[in-house]
Amino acid sequence: MSPAKRAAEVSGLYVRFVGDAEVLEHIVERREGAKVPKGSVQKLLALKEDQGPQECEGSVGEQDYLDALGTGATAGEEDGGGGGGGSSGPGGSAVFTFQTAKRSHKMAQMASEMARAPGRTVTFCSPGSPEAAGSPSRGSRGAAGETRTPPKGRKVRFVSSTPHRLRKRLAAPNLRSESDSDLSPSHSEDEEDDDEEEREEKEELREAELTTPSKVAAAALYRTPAKKPKKGLEPSLVEEYFTAHASSKVTTSDRTLQKLQTPKLDQETLARLLDGKPSSYADEINQLNKEHEKFFSKWMLQLQLGFNVLLYGLGSKKPLLERFRTSRLLGVTHLVVNGFFPSITLKSILNSITVEVLEHQGSFRSPVEQMDFIMKSLRQDPSLQVYLVIHNIDGPMLRSEKTQQALGQLASLTNVHVLASIDHINAPLVWDQAKLSLFNWLWYETTTYLPYAEETSYENSLLVQQSGALALSSLTHVLRSLTPNARGIFRLLAEFQLESRDNPSYSGLSFQEFYQRCREAFLVNSDVTLRTQLTEFRDHKLIRTKKGADSVEYLLIPVDPATLTDFLEKEDAQ
Amino acid sequence: QFYLSHKCVHCSSASGHFVFFIIYATRSLIIQIHQFILQEDLNKKMLDGLLEFVKKSAASFWCRDDDWMSRMRASEIPTAALVLGVNMPDHTITFESMTELLHDSLTPFVASVQAKECTGNRSYVWPGIKAFFPLPLQCHLCMSVCVCHLQKSPVKSPRKRLSSSQSEFLQSPPVVVIFRDLEAFSPQVLQDFILVCSQYVHQLPLVFIFGIATSPSTIQRMLPHSVSSLLCIELFQSLSCTQHLATIIDKLFLTSKFHFKFSAKVLQVLVGIFLYHDFSVCNFIKGLQLSLLEHFHSQPLSVLCCHKQEALVHAQQLNDRDVERIQQLPSFMRYVEEQVPEEQVQLLTSSEHVKGVCQKLLKSLHKYHKNFYPALRCLHVLTSILPKYPLGKQIRELYVLCLEKKVWETQEYDSAMQLIRMLAKDELVTCLQKCVEILTFCKSKKLKKVGQQLQDITATCEKLDSDRENDSSGKGLQKTDLFHLQKTLLEMKECRRTRRKTPYEILRNAVVDYIDNLVKTHLYPPESQPLYEVWYYSSSGTVRRHLNATPRTSIQTALSHPYCYLQNDSGIISSAAPDICIIYKLHLECGRLINLYDWLEAYATVATAAEGKDPSAIEGGKVDELKHARFIRAVSELEFLGFVKSTKQKTDHVARLTWGGC
Repeated sequence: MSPAKRAAEVSGLYVRFVGDAEVLEHIVERREGAKVPKGSVQKLLALKEDQGPQECEGSVGEQDYLDALGTGATAGEEDGGGGGGGSSGPGGSAVFTFQTAKRSHKMAQMASEMARAPGRTVTFCSPGSPEAAGSPSRGSRGAAGETRTPPKGRKVRFVSSTPHRLRKRLAAPNLRSESDSDLSPSHSEDEEDDDEEEREEKEELREAELTTPSKVAAAALYRTPAKKPKKGLEPSLVEEYFTAHASSKVTTSDRTLQKLQTPKLDQETLARLLDGKPSSYADEINQLNKEHEKFFSKWMLQLQLGFNVLLYGLGSKKPLLERFRTSRLLGVTHLVVNGFFPSITLKSILNSITVEVLEHQGSFRSPVEQMDFIMKSLRQDPSLQVYLVIHNIDGPMLRSEKTQQALGQLASLTNVHVLASIDHINAPLVWDQAKLSLFNWLWYETTTYLPYAEETSYENSLLVQQSGALALSSLTHVLRSLTPNARGIFRLLAEFQLESRDNPSYSGLSFQEFYQRCREAFLVNSDVTLRTQLTEFRDHKLIRTKKGADSVEYLLIPVDPATLTDFLEKEDAQ
Repeated sequence: QFYLSHKCVHCSSASGHFVFFIIYATRSLIIQIHQFILQEDLNKKMLDGLLEFVKKSAASFWCRDDDWMSRMRASEIPTAALVLGVNMPDHTITFESMTELLHDSLTPFVASVQAKECTGNRSYVWPGIKAFFPLPLQCHLCMSVCVCHLQKSPVKSPRKRLSSSQSEFLQSPPVVVIFRDLEAFSPQVLQDFILVCSQYVHQLPLVFIFGIATSPSTIQRMLPHSVSSLLCIELFQSLSCTQHLATIIDKLFLTSKFHFKFSAKVLQVLVGIFLYHDFSVCNFIKGLQLSLLEHFHSQPLSVLCCHKQEALVHAQQLNDRDVERIQQLPSFMRYVEEQVPEEQVQLLTSSEHVKGVCQKLLKSLHKYHKNFYPALRCLHVLTSILPKYPLGKQIRELYVLCLEKKVWETQEYDSAMQLIRMLAKDELVTCLQKCVEILTFCKSKKLKKVGQQLQDITATCEKLDSDRENDSSGKGLQKTDLFHLQKTLLEMKECRRTRRKTPYEILRNAVVDYIDNLVKTHLYPPESQPLYEVWYYSSSGTVRRHLNATPRTSIQTALSHPYCYLQNDSGIISSAAPDICIIYKLHLECGRLINLYDWLEAYATVATAAEGKDPSAIEGGKVDELKHARFIRAVSELEFLGFVKSTKQKTDHVARLTWGGC
């Protein structure tokens, strides 16, 4: 990575200075514009140089090594620049519009780099090649690259700026010996990430150390530029964060999915397309999962000894847990909870325990009472062993404090054994110290790389066309049981909503107006009748009411227009 | 294939494992018992004090004197403030035993309330009180509290009713209300409750107990003066959790009775988790149980990790497979190498011989530990008073040091010895006396002898005392001018340099040499002992992974470096990496918002290349359906993992939830 860019990224402030206007200057009169950033860059470099010399007094071998890394990194970056300008889609003309963000452009570059990755031995473009300077979207960096004429000068800059940072990066992981990092005093998320990155960096460096120069370049190429600022001092990290979040203006390209021939796929097509397509690495993934299966007997033992097992790591853990269940839990009482299911509630879990496991007929007034009952009956009967298999205990519906508390209380019983999985990166935040002690987890890393097929199928992904089949059928079913008048009322509301669907500020039909319309259509004779009717709708979740700013009630059907049109068509057909 | 369910052990395949689990089961039982006893012992002092306090306040309620003091006191509610430390889950056991103790020995009316049970503002019912209190009182309290809330006026009617039923309570034992987590209570609720209760303080022997996690000043912060003046607070301090941990380590690890041991790394990990994460003694015990389980599960030879007699019997019964395992132990191999060639052949061929040697080695292992701990304690006694604590303030630090390497080869040890050489006499004597105490109590004959010798030295040292006093009597400095003083001082210095050492100094050096010798003979690191693997659990990584996991790191490593998990030699994300990794890598290049179309296009480029086609061949807008589907799945997986979420800020964009490179 070129020093100019790095310097620019080290100081978050500097990034802010290069506004659109300045970028414009670059593009219109590149020569002149280049001077401005270059000056400031050099100022930054001068600061660096103060530390430079004493940093450079390392052994010769190390110096060589650092140099090799440095040049490797540049070569990689230069190549990236070239690739961006050349092969991938948004090259040339797209660059000159201001809407094109640097960032999104980088993605394309990355893609083209990765696309080339299989031929890993490609020789990277020489630093001085005209291509390298060809992408003005890289603002200051491109300019700096252009103005630096003597390659020797460039080298000096590397020595003065890079080694310090690299050295730091090298030194940091070394300081933390294996046991040290075990005991690092505080583990806030950020620090963990730092750790993680340091580790990554370490790995990369180690890798670079071991491989041939061409490999070095390749490895350096994949060190993402976005990561670099994090290596800086802590304050700059903070600044970085705020600069990233300060401006509400986001620069990304304006292209939308409408450009595609098939903008959205529906769930079924998606499933059909993905079904049975073997993924790459199938063998490795299989082997990985076989490894995890070796833990089964250990899990069983640990569960019986009062621990609860929690699985984490990338990839769906449902098949693994399912295999555990079928191989170990068939003879014993067990309950499977699909935490990722969007409509699962604590009540349904408790109900299935009381009804299915404890075979208790009768209802409870509150979940608290139900919990008490379960706890009491399970304590009374220690011979009854219940295994709870919870897929995604961090599921959206189970995240609430109360639910986790209840699950924790269940888990703390000696004859309830919990085997659960988490996936969300922030999942551990749902437990505080008290809950952790209730759950008594043993953490197991089970990275499976299996697709989250079932877990994501419930999610209303923005890319998936919502067929709305469910909503439609429920609408028709409910309405079929209503009186013709009631149907008329609903229809009136639906039609009005469809009429005003182009109005983005439409917030619903006000009650008064609705009443007026219903009266005119001879559907109701008093507002009391209408209100009763509306209550019924509301109970069936057909409509939603909202208080407007003027404290008038607004009525809305919470269904998307397409479904509503379908519904009306169906009604008309009848 | 072996489960241990409650008492019966199912055992399907390896019959050898049968034994381990019996041992394990008994062992974990032992730990629990140990732990329980410790807990009881540690808090006994506090609980006794508390009990005394409750008794006293009840007594003063019934036999009221008429003087001014007791009348003043009578209008206050006696309150015990227990400062327990920050780890709340650990307190559960303390509170349970406290409730039990009070219930059994003093009064049936004990209510234990937690903040989360009484959060309601208006019509809260105190469930704990409901459960424990006699019905009439319960009504009164609840009603009065409710009334108080509704009318915001002092309660009058309940008091009248109470007076009618007063006779019922007249000789009743005290009513104790325990607030488990004072900090978590809403101040308003607490104030109201105290105000209401203070109305009944003349009729009812009320006693409050506050469980405080932080500091006693919390009470002042939560309650205004008008309310806190109604309480007569007495402070009780429980043992701090670090002391608790020290006791546990002392009782469980620094003893030769308990055979399961941690290696230095494991102990460091567990102590680290304790000090830097949770201050929870329970979690420490959990770590201990886990490593115990892991040890017995992963090391078949752990069958020999038990009492000496049992172990010898087990050693005799070892089967061929186990003998082979013994031969493969690194420590045993080292031992074999040290033997003469004929013996080596014997050890490698004859399993009977191995068993015999094994018994011998086990005996020496037991003996080694018998000597190790008293020696360690002696060294700790001597070094823990030194300035700057070169060998650690806590005994566990010294222990870790001794486990890691030969302690006498470290620099810290040298400096400690030098410092001991400068100790004043009275300090040295007290230390030596402590050492003698430790050594006389231990069973080993060798150490007893050492103790005897130390005692002799101490005696001589004390005898020196009287001699020396006679000596130094004439040497006081007379009042002189500055010049003379300087001169005398110089002379004295000269004289000190040339003078031969005082008898005390000679003795002190002798003591130091003696201690040094003791350390060098007994404080060998356990690695030096053959068969140490049988006793010591050393997999610190496993313990850390299971107790202090980092799920986020794992996910991110898996995403950015799939080769770590998928055994692939290349070491870089090639374009053939799993879809989600490619998508993740691409999304790292984006800012706060990500354009889905660009993302898709970039992905398509990579995916096309992975299939071996030319990526530049794809036209805008023509993305193959399968790739589109794979893209959708990968994106929704990222959404599921919490890296992106849909946003309405811009059409067809998603927002990134992480920033920077994370």
